[in-house]
Amino acid sequence: MKRFAALPALLLFSAIAHAQDASSVLVKHTATPASAEDARMKVLEDQVRALAGEVALLRSELKELRDTKSPEPASSQQVLLASAHPEPGMLPASPAPAPAQAVQTQTFGGASGNAKLLNPDISLIGDFIGTAGHNNVAPGRSLEMHESEVGLQAIIDPYARADAFISFGETGVNVEEAYVTFTSLPGGLLLKVGKKRADFGKVNTIHNHALPFIDRPLVTNNLVGGEDGIDDSGFFLSRFLPAPKNWFLEGSAEVMRGDSADVFQASRREDVSVVGHLRAYRDLSESTNLDLGVSYARGHNNLGSNFLTNLYSGDATLRWKPLRRAIYNSFLFRTELVWSARDQFSLAVPTRLQTQHAFGMYSSAEYRVNRRWTVGGRFDRSGHATDSRLTDSGFSGILTYWPSEFSQIRGQYRFGHLATSPTDFSNANEFLFQFLFVMGAHGAHPF
Amino acid sequence: MPRLLKKTRFTAIATSFALVFTLVYPVTGSADSKIRIMTATTDLASLAQEIGGDKVDVESVARGYQDPHFVDPKPSFLLKLSKAELLVVVGLELEIGWLPPLITQSSNPRIQVGAPGYFDASRFARILELPTGQVTRAEGDVHPLGNPHYWLDPDNGLRIAKGIQTKLSEMRPNEAAYFAQRYEAFEQRLKQSDQQWQAQMKPYAGRKVVTYHRSWPNFAEHFGLNVVGYVEPRPGIPPSPQHTVELIAQMKREGVKVIMVEPYFDLKTPNSIARETGAQVVVLMPSVGGEREITDYFKLFDYDIAKLKKAFDETH
Repeated sequence: MKRFAALPALLLFSAIAHAQDASSVLVKHTATPASAEDARMKVLEDQVRALAGEVALLRSELKELRDTKSPEPASSQQVLLASAHPEPGMLPASPAPAPAQAVQTQTFGGASGNAKLLNPDISLIGDFIGTAGHNNVAPGRSLEMHESEVGLQAIIDPYARADAFISFGETGVNVEEAYVTFTSLPGGLLLKVGKKRADFGKVNTIHNHALPFIDRPLVTNNLVGGEDGIDDSGFFLSRFLPAPKNWFLEGSAEVMRGDSADVFQASRREDVSVVGHLRAYRDLSESTNLDLGVSYARGHNNLGSNFLTNLYSGDATLRWKPLRRAIYNSFLFRTELVWSARDQFSLAVPTRLQTQHAFGMYSSAEYRVNRRWTVGGRFDRSGHATDSRLTDSGFSGILTYWPSEFSQIRGQYRFGHLATSPTDFSNANEFLFQFLFVMGAHGAHPF
Repeated sequence: MPRLLKKTRFTAIATSFALVFTLVYPVTGSADSKIRIMTATTDLASLAQEIGGDKVDVESVARGYQDPHFVDPKPSFLLKLSKAELLVVVGLELEIGWLPPLITQSSNPRIQVGAPGYFDASRFARILELPTGQVTRAEGDVHPLGNPHYWLDPDNGLRIAKGIQTKLSEMRPNEAAYFAQRYEAFEQRLKQSDQQWQAQMKPYAGRKVVTYHRSWPNFAEHFGLNVVGYVEPRPGIPPSPQHTVELIAQMKREGVKVIMVEPYFDLKTPNSIARETGAQVVVLMPSVGGEREITDYFKLFDYDIAKLKKAFDETH
């Protein structure tokens, strides 16, 4: 039976590659055992007859196909080709010409179909972090397999693709992101449904392992939910907007359940949170570009449905990367500003209601010195969301070494001037180091 | 003053978002207009231009002097991709680091993977270095689907052009005769040029060369060069001192006099190898547009062969 399955593959492929007539290949298979016994002969003759009928049928089908379709070889046909080798036991021993033919023609096109079949792209990124030094306010663990992020990414059907990133910590599992993206919507709309990091500023959208630092900026920790940030289940809609020449404008509107780390909490079903983001981008030259954004997020905080937290942010990124030396030198400067307005009980008079206003920001720069080394720095300053009298500040110096694209070793010196009360500060001096490694095919990250 | 939840406010936000998104773009693409083609690399753009003539508008994402493995998926490409009717890619995972997010974010149904407007040129080309056995990254940034630098063989250029002709004819059946005629003219010119290139390279058949990255197997095979080593110890891994020492010894032993380097690699290591071995470093262009004068697929080979010829002559 295998032979019959192999036939269409051989036939189709030989037609596509303008190879020799398929029927002659088959005749060679079946006509060789001239010296075999009569019974075997008879069986073979029957087979030849059956095959001839099959060939005629397939030929007519092929002609139809040729007339109606383009001759582009589909990868599925190449997959079939791999199984097109006749099995050794099928015919009396004689060197069959068909396999050689198949091997020769297979060099057209890569092994695209065979290599992966329908498995998603699977990857795992290991993120090991060590911390030394003093920090009395937020002491981290000395050594920690911070997360092992498994990524599964695939095209679902002609209308959608899906991406899932599941992060395993040392003690628990967290669906960091898992969403389907509908790519074929009318009106230029792009819809993502699932759990996702919201498009609030820049650093909120970036996975831990793709950050240019080991930790997250103080402003993220104080105002935007810390490491997990605004990461919630909902609908994420975006679209390019009409823009002046040479500008790129994109708007995003996102509606989520309303549970994101310690920023938003939904006590009722109506307590959804929303995020809006507007991005403006412009190429200043071939190697330099400017990326600006404003974001707004609104949700209910942990005090209940009547207590809102509003977040406003602005971000600016300047990138420089000469195209001819892209793998050796590049520079990036980024700054993000966040304003938080949080409804809560007054700190002075606990029976009164009050909105706490806090501001935070960070500025960071990184420079790729050569193919393997990157140096960077970051300045932090942020108030506390719940107490506007407390303001932390700090700075970091970062050095990164890349043995290859798939691993990374990083060290970071971090100084923090952390507020413990309106008048008291605690200084933190820490050295952090990180080992990152990538297994498998991890998809590209958003620019 | 606490800000309490007000339904009206929520509605206002929702309405404003809705307004933003209902702005309608002008409807594009009538049957008579030019086919808007985006290609991943300049070589594919050149081939598409050869076949499409004045019936197409072609633009490439990557530049000819840029490493096609590492291209930033800038939003400025998104606008162009969102309007494209046809996207021609190199495939074999060459663009895996930057093209998938561009395709997804373009929100253009016509060019999504598998859609009629997604054209993988590797499907038509003869692919070399298909790995056999187990593939691991101990061998560096290997391409499990075969070497993606296949366009540097004029025969593959012709095959890809044929594929593009078929695709364009499908998209504009009325212009099929035009595309067929353009293909025939291209085929004739390419075959003629190839004869000249072959003739120019004939005296150097079998010459041993070293290349920086594995960009040249198809080129070497077509023009009869013998690539015996690489400046990179493994694909995508920067040169290491130990490997460089070994390579120098090998080049001395085998009398290798030419080091072929792509324009986007640092010349420091190749130059020091050249000093040690008396070889010459030749910066060859793997893509159209690598230099200003390389304006099309023909000039690409003109340029590379002239440079190689000069290097071979000077080192012997």
